Amino acid sequence: MRWKCSMPSGMGSPGLLHVLSPKFLATKARPLGKTDNRSGRLILFVLIGAIFWIFVFGLLYRLLKYFRGIPEIGALLAAKLLGLMFISLFGILILSNVVTALSSFFLAKDLDLLVAAPVDWLRLYGAKLLETTAHSSWMVVLVATPVLTAYGISYEGGILYPLVAAGAIIPFLIIPAAIGSAVTLLLVNIFPARRTRDILSVIAILAAAGIVLIFRLVRPERLARPEGFRSLVEFISLLRTPTSPWMPSEWAAQSIMTWLRRDPEILSFYLLWSTAAFVVVLGALLHRWLYARGFSKSQESGERWVRQGSLGRMVARLLTPWGVMRRELVLKEMRLFFRDTTQWSQLILLTVLVVVYVFNIKFLPLRGEGVTFFLANVIPFVNLILAGFVLASIAARFIFPGISLEGRTLWLLRSSPLEMRQLLWSKFWVGTIPLLALALILVFATDILLQVSGFMMMVSIFTITMMTFAIAGLALGFGALFPKFNTENAAQIPTSFGGLVLMMASVVLIGLVIVLEARPVYQYVGARYMKVEGDPIAMWFGFGGATLICLAATFVPIRIAVQRMKELER
Amino acid sequence: MIELKSLTKKYGSFTAVDNIDLSVPDGELFGFLGPNGAGKTTTLRMIAGILQPTAGSIHLAGIDLATDPLAAKSRLGFIPDRPFIYEKLTGAEFLRFVAGLYGQDGDKVEHRARELMALFDLEEWGDELVESYSHGMRQKLIISSAFIHRPQVIVVDEPMVGLDPKAARILKDLFREYVRRGHTIMMSTHTLEVAETLCDRIAIIQHGKIRAVGTISDLRAESTGGGGLEEIFLKLTGERAARDAMEVLDA
Repeated sequence: MRWKCSMPSGMGSPGLLHVLSPKFLATKARPLGKTDNRSGRLILFVLIGAIFWIFVFGLLYRLLKYFRGIPEIGALLAAKLLGLMFISLFGILILSNVVTALSSFFLAKDLDLLVAAPVDWLRLYGAKLLETTAHSSWMVVLVATPVLTAYGISYEGGILYPLVAAGAIIPFLIIPAAIGSAVTLLLVNIFPARRTRDILSVIAILAAAGIVLIFRLVRPERLARPEGFRSLVEFISLLRTPTSPWMPSEWAAQSIMTWLRRDPEILSFYLLWSTAAFVVVLGALLHRWLYARGFSKSQESGERWVRQGSLGRMVARLLTPWGVMRRELVLKEMRLFFRDTTQWSQLILLTVLVVVYVFNIKFLPLRGEGVTFFLANVIPFVNLILAGFVLASIAARFIFPGISLEGRTLWLLRSSPLEMRQLLWSKFWVGTIPLLALALILVFATDILLQVSGFMMMVSIFTITMMTFAIAGLALGFGALFPKFNTENAAQIPTSFGGLVLMMASVVLIGLVIVLEARPVYQYVGARYMKVEGDPIAMWFGFGGATLICLAATFVPIRIAVQRMKELER
Repeated sequence: MIELKSLTKKYGSFTAVDNIDLSVPDGELFGFLGPNGAGKTTTLRMIAGILQPTAGSIHLAGIDLATDPLAAKSRLGFIPDRPFIYEKLTGAEFLRFVAGLYGQDGDKVEHRARELMALFDLEEWGDELVESYSHGMRQKLIISSAFIHRPQVIVVDEPMVGLDPKAARILKDLFREYVRRGHTIMMSTHTLEVAETLCDRIAIIQHGKIRAVGTISDLRAESTGGGGLEEIFLKLTGERAARDAMEVLDA
C-alpha cells in the first residue's frame, strides 16, 4: 500500500523538526523532573562515566604507544585493532537497531497520534529513523569516544582529526540504523509486531550467548603464544589483508587510519557516505510501500492461547498447605515469568555465563610448580567472591524488578486484604529458591573441579547459602526503595539507578563476608598444615560476624521494603 | 455500609479532598459526581485503601480501615477506572488469583468465575491471555473480579467506560440486584444518565468538597431550578454551559 497526500488548502504537513519536537522537549524536561536524588544520580553517572573513559583511554593509549614503537607491524596492528573494534560495533549496532526500530516505528505510544495526523510518510520515516539511530547508537558513541581520542592523540591526528573521525562515524551509525529499520519493517510485515519482539529477544539472546560461548571455547589466550605464528612474513601478510573489505566497518577504520598515517584516502569516505545515502533512500522506499500495512499488522493483539503446564499444577499441589493466598501469589509469579519471552530468554544467557564460569575454573592452572597449599585454599574464596558477583547480577535481573513490575497492578494488591509482608516474602522465596539451587550447584561443581578439602567445601557451601539469602533480601529491598513503575521495558529496570546501588551494596556485602571469614579460615588451614591447634574463638568470631551481616542484609531490607510498600500511594 | 468522617487528603499544599463526611447505608447505590479533578478518584482510592488519608476516618461494613485494614478490605471489591491487569495471565487465572487474594478457592470459585465470565460474554476468552483482550473486555474482567469474592461493599470508578451497550445494561442490572440484596455500592461516573437512573442518592463534589448530597429531588430542590441531573450538575458546580462552545467555535 502506498501513502497518498492530498491536504486541504491552507494545511501543510508538519516539518521533520516539528515531528521530533516532543522528543527534544522531553529530553530537555527530563533533568528538571521531580525525581529523587537527581543530583546524586547525575554525580554518580558522571563519575562512573569519567572512570570508564579514563580507563579505556589509558589502556588503549599505552597499547598504541607500544604499537608505535614497533616498526612496520605497529601501524598494521593498530589498524587491525580498529577494524576489529568497528566490526564488533557494527554487529551490535545492527542488532540493536532492529530491536529499537520495532519500538520506535511500531510500538511507541506516540504513533497513534502521528499516524492519525497528516504527517507526510517521508517525514515520519526521517523522524523515526533519527530516533532509532539516537537510541541505539548513544552507547556506541560513548565507547568509541575514548578509543578514537586515544588513536588521535597517539598518532598525532591534528586539529582536523575530530572532524575526520566524525565524518567516518556518522555514516557508520546511519547505515546500520537504516538497515535495521528496513529488516524490522520486513519482519513486521511477516509476523505481528508483538510476536516479532518475542522472536527478536530470543534471537538476540541466542546470538549474544553464542558469541560468548564461541569466544570462550576458542580460548583466545592460546593465540597470543609466539609459537602460534610460523613466520613473520605470514603474520604481516595476514595483517595487511583487510578483515572484511565490503563492510562499512572496514571503510570507517580505513578512513581514520589513512588520515592518521598521513595518507588520507577519499575512497573510504566516499563508500561510507554513498552507502549511507543509498540505504536511507532504499529504506525510505520500503517504508513508503510497506509501513502502512506493517503498522496495521502491528496493532494486532498479542499471544492469545496459552498452554497449561504440568509444572504449575505440581507447584499448586505442593503449595496447598501454605494457604490459598501464598499459593496463588507464587503461581502468578511463575506464570508471569515463564510466559514473558523477554524474561525467560535471559535464562539462556545465564546458563551460558555459568557454563563459561565453570569452564574457566576447569582450565585454571592449579597443578604443578608454584601452586602452594595456601594458594589452593585461597582460590575457593576467590571462587566465592566471583560466584557472589554472578548471584548479585542474577538477583538484579530477576528479583530486583519484581516490585517495579507490580506497578500497574498495585491497585489490586493494595485494595485486597493482602499483607505487603506476604507479597514481599512470596517474591523473596520465588526468587531465592532457584537462586540458591544455582548457587549451590555452581559452588559445589567448581569446588569439585578445584579439588578443595572437605573443610573448605563446608565453608563454601555455608557462605554461599548465607550470601544468597542476603543478596536476595537486598535485591528485594532496593527494588522497593527504587521502583520504576512506569517503565515500558522490563529489561531497563536492572540498569536503573537502584540496580546500580544494589550491585554496589552486594559488592560491599560480599567483601565484608569474605574479609570476616578469610582470616580465621586461613589461620585454621595454616594450623592444620603445621599440625598445630587452631584458634576456635577467631573462627566463631569470623563466621558469627558473617552470619549476622547476612541475616541483617536479608531481614532489614525486606522490613524496610514492607514499610515502603505500605506507605506507597498508587 | 461506607462511612467517611472528616476525610481529607492533601498533596503538599494542595487539598484534593477537603473534610468530607458521608454515610452510605447497606442496600444503597450511591453516585459520586463532579467535574474533572474534583477529588472523586482520590476519595474512592482512599476508600479502597490505596491512598492514605491525611486526616479523617473510613469505615467499611463497620470496620475502621485504619485500625483493621485487612478485615475492612476483605469486605470490599474495587473497580478502578484504568483496567491494568497482568497481561500474561488468562482471564480465568486472573479471577482465580483475585479470589486467592481473599483466601477463597475451590469449586465455588470456579463456578462463580464461570458464571461471571458467561454473564459478560467472556466464557470463550477464559483461557486466553489478557494481553489479547480489548479495553472493554478488560473492564468486564475487572468488574467480574470485584464480584468473585462476594464483597459486602463495592467501590467503582467510572464503570461504564469502554463497555458495549449490552454489557452496560448487564452491569446496571447486576448493580441494582446487588444492592437489592442488602449490599452497598459507591460509584463515580461522568455519565449523568447512568447516575440519574441507577443511583439512590448522589453526592456532587467540587474542589474536594461536597457541594450537595441527596436524592435527585433533593438536589433539584437545592439547585432551585429544576430540570434534569445535567442542569442540576451544571448549576451546582457553576460550570459554564454549552453557549460558551458556540463562542469557541466561532473564535
